[in-house]
This record gives sequence, C-alpha cells and structure tokens, in this order.
Amino acid sequence: MTDRPRIAQERQATPPSGAQPRRPRRSLAETLIERAIQTTGISAIVLVVMIFLFLIREGIPAFVEIPLQDLLAARWYPIEAYYGLVPLIAGSLIITLGAAIIALPLGVATAIFIAEIIPEWAREILKPLVEVLAGIPSVVIGFMGMIVIAPFFRTALNIPTGLTAFTGMVLLAWMALPTVVSVVEDVLDTVPRTYRDAGLALGMTRWQMIAKIVLPAGKSGILTALMLGVGRAIGETMTVMMVTGNAPRIPTSPLDIFHPVRTMTATIAAEMGEVARGSTHYHVLFAVGLTLFVITFLVNLAAASVVFRSSKRSERMLS
Amino acid sequence: MSTLIRRLTLAALLASLLVVTTGCRSTTDAAPVPGTGRVIENKGSDTLVNLALAWAERYQDVRPDISIAVTGGGSGTGIAALINGTVDLAGASRAIKAEELDAAHANGIDPVEFVVARDAIAVVVHPDNPIDHLTLQQVSDIYSGKFNNWQELGGEDRPIVRLSRETNSGTHVYFLEAVVRLGRSDDRTLFSTDTLLLPSSEGIGAEVRQNPNTIGYEGLGYVADYMKTIAIGLTDDGPFWQPSVETVNEGHYPIARDLYIYTAGQPTGEVKAYLDWIMQAEAQAIVLELGFVPIQE
Repeated sequence: MTDRPRIAQERQATPPSGAQPRRPRRSLAETLIERAIQTTGISAIVLVVMIFLFLIREGIPAFVEIPLQDLLAARWYPIEAYYGLVPLIAGSLIITLGAAIIALPLGVATAIFIAEIIPEWAREILKPLVEVLAGIPSVVIGFMGMIVIAPFFRTALNIPTGLTAFTGMVLLAWMALPTVVSVVEDVLDTVPRTYRDAGLALGMTRWQMIAKIVLPAGKSGILTALMLGVGRAIGETMTVMMVTGNAPRIPTSPLDIFHPVRTMTATIAAEMGEVARGSTHYHVLFAVGLTLFVITFLVNLAAASVVFRSSKRSERMLS
Repeated sequence: MSTLIRRLTLAALLASLLVVTTGCRSTTDAAPVPGTGRVIENKGSDTLVNLALAWAERYQDVRPDISIAVTGGGSGTGIAALINGTVDLAGASRAIKAEELDAAHANGIDPVEFVVARDAIAVVVHPDNPIDHLTLQQVSDIYSGKFNNWQELGGEDRPIVRLSRETNSGTHVYFLEAVVRLGRSDDRTLFSTDTLLLPSSEGIGAEVRQNPNTIGYEGLGYVADYMKTIAIGLTDDGPFWQPSVETVNEGHYPIARDLYIYTAGQPTGEVKAYLDWIMQAEAQAIVLELGFVPIQE
C-alpha cells in the first residue's frame, strides 16, 4: 500500500523529461500498430451500434404490422399468424433464472474450493480442467442431454418426458459454470492476504474466515459472475433447442419447470431458415432478436455497473 | 478483475460480430445463375434430402461431369432459396403456397412443379405401447389435446407425450392439414401447445426410442426398427391400414402425399436432363429402396 503513491509520482514525473524528446523518433511500424489497434477498438463499437440499428430496422416493422395485443397473446404459431411472444419470453426467462439458481451456489463453492482450500499443485490441475469445460461445443452438450440426461430425468423424476425446462436449466447451468468459477476465483484472488491473516489472527476458523471475510469482500465480483453466467445462459441456442422440447406453452406454476418450454433463441434458430425475407414472420423473428438483445444488454449493463461500483469502493477502502 | 471483464466482453463482441457478418454475407451473396453451371444446387425438404442425395450419387455414374449439391433445411427453406434465386432445384414435401408463388413472381421467378415420388406419413409409438390401430379422428384428437392419457384410447395408464417436427418442416404442415384438421380447409384446429416441436427426424427418433409415453409421426422412409407404426383407419370399425409401399400405391393408406421438386421457370439444359432422369425407372428404383413410393408412370 505504501508503494502506490511513489509509483504514481514516478509516472507523473517521466512524461515531461522522457516522452517529448522521443516523439520525433517514433518509427513507422509503431504508428501503424497504434492505428490498427485504434481501428479495431473503434470498429468494435461501431459494429455493435450497426448490429443494433440493423435489428431495429428489421424488427420494428413487426410492431407496426401486428397489433400489440396480438404480440402479447399466449399463442405462438407463426405459420398461422399467431405471434404471441409471451411463451417465448417466459421460456427464456424461466430457463435462465433456473440455470442461474443452480449455477451460482455450485460455481461459488467450486471457486472457494479451488481458490481457498486445495493446495497450489491441485489448483494448477483443477483450474484448467474447469476451463476445458467451457470449450465443449454446445451441440455436444445438447446431444448428451438429448441421449443421456433427458431419459435419465424422465425415469428418475417420473415425468412424462425428459425434454423439459428443467433439463435445459441443468445443462445451461453446467455451461455457465466455467464462467462463474473463473470469475469468482479471480475475485477471491484479489482479496488481500492481509484480510485473511487478520481474520485468522483473531482466532477465526478457516470456514469462518472464508464465510465472514473473503466472501463479503468479493461480493460484487460474485454478482458480476452471476450476470456473466446469465448472459451466457440466455443467449444459448443449440443446447436448449435440443433438450427443452420447444413447446410454446406458458408456465403457470413452479412445477411447470418439468414441462417443455420454447425459448426465444431456439425459436429464431428453428424458424429463421424458413421465412421469406420481408414477411411479417421475418420481422417478428427480428423483433424477438431485438428483445433478446435488449435483455442481454441490460444484464451486461448491470454487470458493468457492479464492477465500477466495486472498484470505487475498494479505492475508498484502501485510501 | 475489470480487465478480465473487459477482455471477456471484447471476446464476446468479436465472436458475435463474426457470426453476424458471416451470416449477412451468406444471405446477400449472389448465387450462380440457374442452369448455366456444372453444379446443380438442390435444396429443401428434409423428407426428400436422403432421396435427393441418393439420386445425386447415382447420377454421378450417369453424368460424371455434373455435380449436384444437395442440402436439406425444410420445404420452406428450399422454396425460399428458389425465390431468392440461390438454387436450381427446390425439394418440397408440400405444394407451393399461394404467398410463396406471389413472392416468387414479385422476384421475377416462375416456379414449375414436378411430382418426383410419393410419401406416406407413419404414426409411430414406442414398441411397448399396446395400441396398434387408431382412426384418423383419434390421432387428430390426440394432437389437438382432447386425449391426454393412453387409457382413454384403451392403452396403459400413461400420459401422452405428443411429438412433432418444427413448423418449418413440410411434414409438419402436411400433418396439420391432413391429420389434425382431417383435410378440412375451413378447420382452424391447432396442435396442442404441449406438443413438443423437435428440430429433426433424429430428435423424434431419439425420444420415441426411449419414452413409452410418446406418439410421433415420420415419413415412411424414416421409420426405424425401434418404432412401432400404427395402423390407421377412417372409421371406428376399420379397415385399418399399416403404412407400406403397397397400401400407399393402392390408395388405401390415408396419410399419403406427393413429393415435389420445383424449378425456377421451365428447366433447360443440364437441369432438364437431370429431372428427366429422375422420372425414369433407374431413379424411381432408388425411391423404392429408400422406403418412399415411386410415382406411377
């Protein structure tokens, strides 16, 4: 902590003496690299804005062509012009929420185990293993879900079919786990050593130290992990299309998680290939995409605000 | 911490950009002009795709200088591609719809229809299901949600799980019109919202194979050993007909239909030669091999 101000002073001190005379000698390559980085940085922003505008351009006609009460109706059957979006939005939200509820405790527990409990050498093995999990293609997870996990849930839970929202939640939680684990683990890593030492010096057990000091200190990071996991889950397409049964029904009771649902992503993936460009169905699918974009955008915004708040607070704590 | 987030977000952005830009390109790319190239593009009905592939392979022996690119995706997909001018042949398991014809004409394309084979839809259940025959009306009532337990049809006390293909499948549309609505054009009956919409024939196969509660439907060519086909009758007293090449050809089996190939305008050159070959005995023998029903010459 005492190092910080000195470094800052040095940084402030160097530019006037060092940088100015060097400027004329800047090589062409350096300029080119700088420009290239600048261009990629700006194009990332520009392209996101363009995607958003494209979605709006293709999606807005749906709200003009179809009366709002039809879009809010309970039936989705686009080939007969039933464009009720409620079952799709409900399906996406219920699966995302369920996946978050399953993934968060598992992810935080795994992260605590990796970051706090096991020795360094085991950590070097476990951490890459968790990250390998993130590399499994979603179609493979979906296939496993369809062939192995859905039949297992059907017999184990004695439900009519294994292709349910619940199966989707479990698989999505599994897919969101690596994100949650690595983000939470990184957060726990940044909790200063001195906090732990202080806790242990006060006679806390290891568990008390983790639960009362480390976790609260990393709270905002855990929230971020949750948001990122949610972002991953709500946009996932292939897996949910293969295991959730895709029946556009509106869940009415908590037990309905053991019934099939249809998500927004699966709907776009299944139907976009079929529609004629410019038709109402085409515009409605873009409207679904727009809705999805807005939801993920809000989730990312929430995650970002949590991150910014946390950095401010940690600064406050350290100063 | 925040750099990690930033890096993750950037990676996600780049990935989505890649997807979006490549996606855009494929839809706007100019396609080869139909009939002039040595590659014949054939796209459409998943029901027809295996048959189209078998035809394309055999045609290699007849005309090695012509290559035929076959892709599936559904009848709607194939016809949409034909309208957009990106394919030479669109396979369809249903006749072209009026609005698709309008869209084609608006695009300056005049689709021409050829019946290339016939197909029957088999209603399938798990082999352990004791039910072996149903009337068309009963199948309709199952799919519209009137029956929810196999007991109501004289079977075991099990919930009925309805399986269907996705709405972009020609089989779905045909089943809706011919079975759920019993062929009545003024009927607005819909599939029950509980109906599982599976994206592929494999999806239906995988579920029927292991779940004794299910009822599904498949093109006759896709019925596998682990499914049990239901004999279908028009009245409660029968007769009930198992789907087979014979019952379809003799006109007994009630759920049978024509399969089509559409071309953009009257076919010429290599496309015409290929279509003529499809109508002949050698190609129609393949139709029989794959479990479809050859057209009657």
